[in-house]
Amino acid sequence: MVVLLLFTYIPLLGSVIAWMDYVPFLGFTGSDWVGWDNFTALFQDSAFWSAVWNTLQITFLQLLLFFPVPILLAVLLNTVAMPFARRFVQSVIYLPHFLSWVVIIALFQQIAGGAGVINRFLITHGASPLDIMTNPQIFKLLLTTQAIWKDAGWGTIIFLAAIAAIDQGLYESAVIDGAGAWNRFWHVTLPGMRPIIVLMLILRLGDSLTVGFEQILLQRDAVGPGAAEVLDTFVYYNGVIDGSWGAATAAGLLKGVVSLFLVLAANKLAHRLGEEGVYRR
Amino acid sequence: MSVIDRPVWLGRPKPVAIALKALALVLISGVVIFPFLVVISTSLATKAEIDANGGYVLWPTHVSFDAYRQIFDGTQVSRSIVISVGVTVAGTAFSLFCTVLAAYGLSRRGSLFQRGLLTFVLVTLLFGPGMIPVYLMVKQLGMLNTYWALIIPGAVSAFNIVIIRGFIQGIPQELFDAARMDGAGEWRILWSIVLPLSKAVIAVVGLFLAVGYWNNYFGPLLYLNDSQMWPLQLVMRSFVLENHISSNATQIPGQIRPPAQSIQMALVVIATVPILCVYPFLTRHMSKGMLTGAIKG
Repeated sequence: MVVLLLFTYIPLLGSVIAWMDYVPFLGFTGSDWVGWDNFTALFQDSAFWSAVWNTLQITFLQLLLFFPVPILLAVLLNTVAMPFARRFVQSVIYLPHFLSWVVIIALFQQIAGGAGVINRFLITHGASPLDIMTNPQIFKLLLTTQAIWKDAGWGTIIFLAAIAAIDQGLYESAVIDGAGAWNRFWHVTLPGMRPIIVLMLILRLGDSLTVGFEQILLQRDAVGPGAAEVLDTFVYYNGVIDGSWGAATAAGLLKGVVSLFLVLAANKLAHRLGEEGVYRR
Repeated sequence: MSVIDRPVWLGRPKPVAIALKALALVLISGVVIFPFLVVISTSLATKAEIDANGGYVLWPTHVSFDAYRQIFDGTQVSRSIVISVGVTVAGTAFSLFCTVLAAYGLSRRGSLFQRGLLTFVLVTLLFGPGMIPVYLMVKQLGMLNTYWALIIPGAVSAFNIVIIRGFIQGIPQELFDAARMDGAGEWRILWSIVLPLSKAVIAVVGLFLAVGYWNNYFGPLLYLNDSQMWPLQLVMRSFVLENHISSNATQIPGQIRPPAQSIQMALVVIATVPILCVYPFLTRHMSKGMLTGAIKG
């Protein structure tokens, strides 16, 4: 039991590392206190608001276009009756999740870029090439497409598990009552998946202010900050590149606080709607 | 073992439905596989062929390994590969060590401050410090421009602790009691009981950590100023996405350089191959690991 005491110090060490990064904000007091100046300056900065707006737009696009894809894919996969085909497709669509953004964007470059497969095809068939990779107007759609390509397959795991947990007896009685494929989907599969869907939605909402940081950082220069600046890149460029530590930290902190609030609010909403949510209490 | 595994309540679907479904699956898989095919082919193609096709090749007629030979020729790229491998191995080992110890400590009810420390860890799941304070901390510790900056700040994540802790908690209490009765200390229990029993979950977390270190791109961008120290992901960015290839690659006299596209695509292949190698192990365990994590986290 004495050794047990020793052991409690090692998790302490671990926790210290997890928190280590947090300390400087409180302990970093060599410089003068400026009160809320950093925050007020931030609120008057139009670049900051543009970053917020871009972030929200991207989040909205991803909720609209990305979020349903893994659900539908999972439903489709679940109806595949050949175990071999199913496992093969699963292996293939999980794979992009494990690639780095540098690789993903290089792949997109090769397919959709100026000299890529799509544009070569268009040119050799007499059409004019499309500007896909460097067009600020469709940049947010491009981001969403890349995100879907990378992570939609991976996202099916959790929904597949949800479908697998649905009681087969429900399907049997539905069939006996004469339900077709659509009715089974609408009245059995979807309600069965609802808790998980709500859970994932909450997690995504809590992350509203976080949108593919590395992904955007890598492509920001191609389309310019007007279309590509999001909160995280704003913090990076202002703090690390331009050296206005205070304002950037304020923006980062603000983001953290708002995100925390969003998770708590979304969870409360889920409880209100009679779902279990992320945590109980 | 039948080839078809259909629930009894479902009648045989119509051929049209089967065909549509098959088409959808082929399309989906194709969308994922096709880019890889282009990249691998281009990395193996010769200059003439790439020029004739305008930048890419779907199926090379003359396979050439020049691009790979050039990459492994002692240039910045080969150094960056060594760096990436080193950081990945060291980082994963260090990270696993800390995570397992923390998880074990936090899984034992009644250890000192166990509840308080657990809350301490879990709060980091909800509220993070943001990029700048982390950067300043790393700077204060003198880790800028060292490989420590890539390994230590992200080494311990509450998520991983929670996953491993959950697994350790599933080990029956009787085993611990019996071991203690036989005079085993905490280290001994950890080493001979906990580790062997939670091998699977530790392996999965370790693989995910390794993939994370290997793919880490922002860490080195933020902390390393010296391009001599760059790992593969950063070198790949400057070669492939910013086209810095000609200035960085060494020209060997009297030898025709392989085409830039081939080198770029060969880099992409090299960055992907290690992941493909661990991928089968990942797929075997990951759904299970993901689910315990998702449900408990």
